[in-house]
Amino acid sequence: MKENFPRGKAAIVGTATFGCGAAPGYSSMELAHRASVLALASAGLKPSDVDGLFVVIMDDALAGLTFAETLGIHPRFLDNNRTGGSSFQVHAMLAALALDAGLCEVALIAYGSNQRSSTGKLVSSSRPSPWESAYKPLRPISSYALAAARHMHQYGTTKAQLGAVAVAARQWARLNPEAYTREALTLDDYMQARPVADPFGVRDCCLVTDGAAAVVMTRADRARDLCASPAYVLAGAQATTHREIASMPDLTVTGLADAGPRAYAQAGVGPKDIDVVELYDAFTINPILFLEDLGFCAKGEGGAFVEGGRIAPGGSLAVNTNGGGLSCVHPGMYGLFTIVEAARQLGGQAGERQVADAKLALAQGNGGELSHEALLILGTEETL
Amino acid sequence: MNPEKEYFEHLAAGRFMIQKSRGTGGHVFYPRMAEPGTGAADLEWVPASGRGTVYSTTVIRQKPPAPNYNLALIDLAEGPRMMSRVDGIAPEAVTIGMPVTAKIVQEGEQPVLVFVPEVRR
Repeated sequence: MKENFPRGKAAIVGTATFGCGAAPGYSSMELAHRASVLALASAGLKPSDVDGLFVVIMDDALAGLTFAETLGIHPRFLDNNRTGGSSFQVHAMLAALALDAGLCEVALIAYGSNQRSSTGKLVSSSRPSPWESAYKPLRPISSYALAAARHMHQYGTTKAQLGAVAVAARQWARLNPEAYTREALTLDDYMQARPVADPFGVRDCCLVTDGAAAVVMTRADRARDLCASPAYVLAGAQATTHREIASMPDLTVTGLADAGPRAYAQAGVGPKDIDVVELYDAFTINPILFLEDLGFCAKGEGGAFVEGGRIAPGGSLAVNTNGGGLSCVHPGMYGLFTIVEAARQLGGQAGERQVADAKLALAQGNGGELSHEALLILGTEETL
Repeated sequence: MNPEKEYFEHLAAGRFMIQKSRGTGGHVFYPRMAEPGTGAADLEWVPASGRGTVYSTTVIRQKPPAPNYNLALIDLAEGPRMMSRVDGIAPEAVTIGMPVTAKIVQEGEQPVLVFVPEVRR
């Protein structure tokens, strides 16, 4: 049966980030709260206008309730899902459905984490596995390393091709004043980085930062009253394949091979039409897998695809224009930041890194250990 | 059947057992209450052959003097895949496609199922 997503019926009318990089002294909720107020203000709204609320805070299982209380609102639609870093793509799908059904009028999606300042390391939301703990996996890094090793074995993908992803991310970050890591990174620097879990070194792994983001959505018929250039939600799809890496059916194929075509069908567009691609690059192998599964190149050709500056500034495909999780921001969960950057690109608000004439953007999220994949396709008014 | 509890009891007694559905013939690992997908609840314990193949492998690098160690995914001859490690050779020497054999080792109080390179006869 055809998926009947309400194409273009909801839009992003406000976005904000706060505390990206290092934000010492703040709690995760405080960061999310501030980003939310900023995002609402950018659309001329305030917390009391919000009646649909979507949030994840890693250290608070009931963060939805805490967040409503913190904002001082009584939302009639609340969701606090835990699909991992892709939670926010799911939130935006639910918000689009709820707005279209009249279950809410103003939806706020928020995230915040102080993991860098509070612990200095990645905060894990994974329970220890009775089937894996004895082998001391370095989660989540070793799970992605196993996927990279398999892709290299099966398709001849090289370490230098993984490096091309890291170098491109850094080149984009150097154009983004908000990016946390902006020093030049050469392929040589990448190759010499401290090894962590073969084939990965530290430059294959995302940053550990603080940061918060928030996105405000309304029905499309209200969007132009609140925002000069709304980002309309043309499609949203998700797929779950496993929880722990040993149960992933094929380590070289992610759930995007399933969710991607469904999203394209909803939006009535294909990969060739997309101007800006924001992928969840927790590790360098991710964009390679995701570009393949989303149809930007054939399966197995992702390594060659990212070489030669193709996804770097000035390349033929604009990927992770903010610098991504590898070089801009990665406060434990990154999915909402892909949505913010996609909306900024469509709104022409991306400064030096602006992709000219961007009309269609893809904002993807990844949860667990390649376990849950989700994507939104966003478009400007002329794509409706 | 208490799948998780009984699996580790077998392991502690020196037996690598996996589940098999009488009806579908499918093997199940990790142990659970019913076969994934079919929901077949007629699962019984059968001895695993212990034969497997490395599906993927990594070396976790530690700061010296802590040693580097292997982490691998093993495709069991019966079908299911599991996380484990390959002992008996350098962690870097483990390769994808390598045939391996299961072995139970004791780590403190805990029996741990690892694999070693298959000895070709």
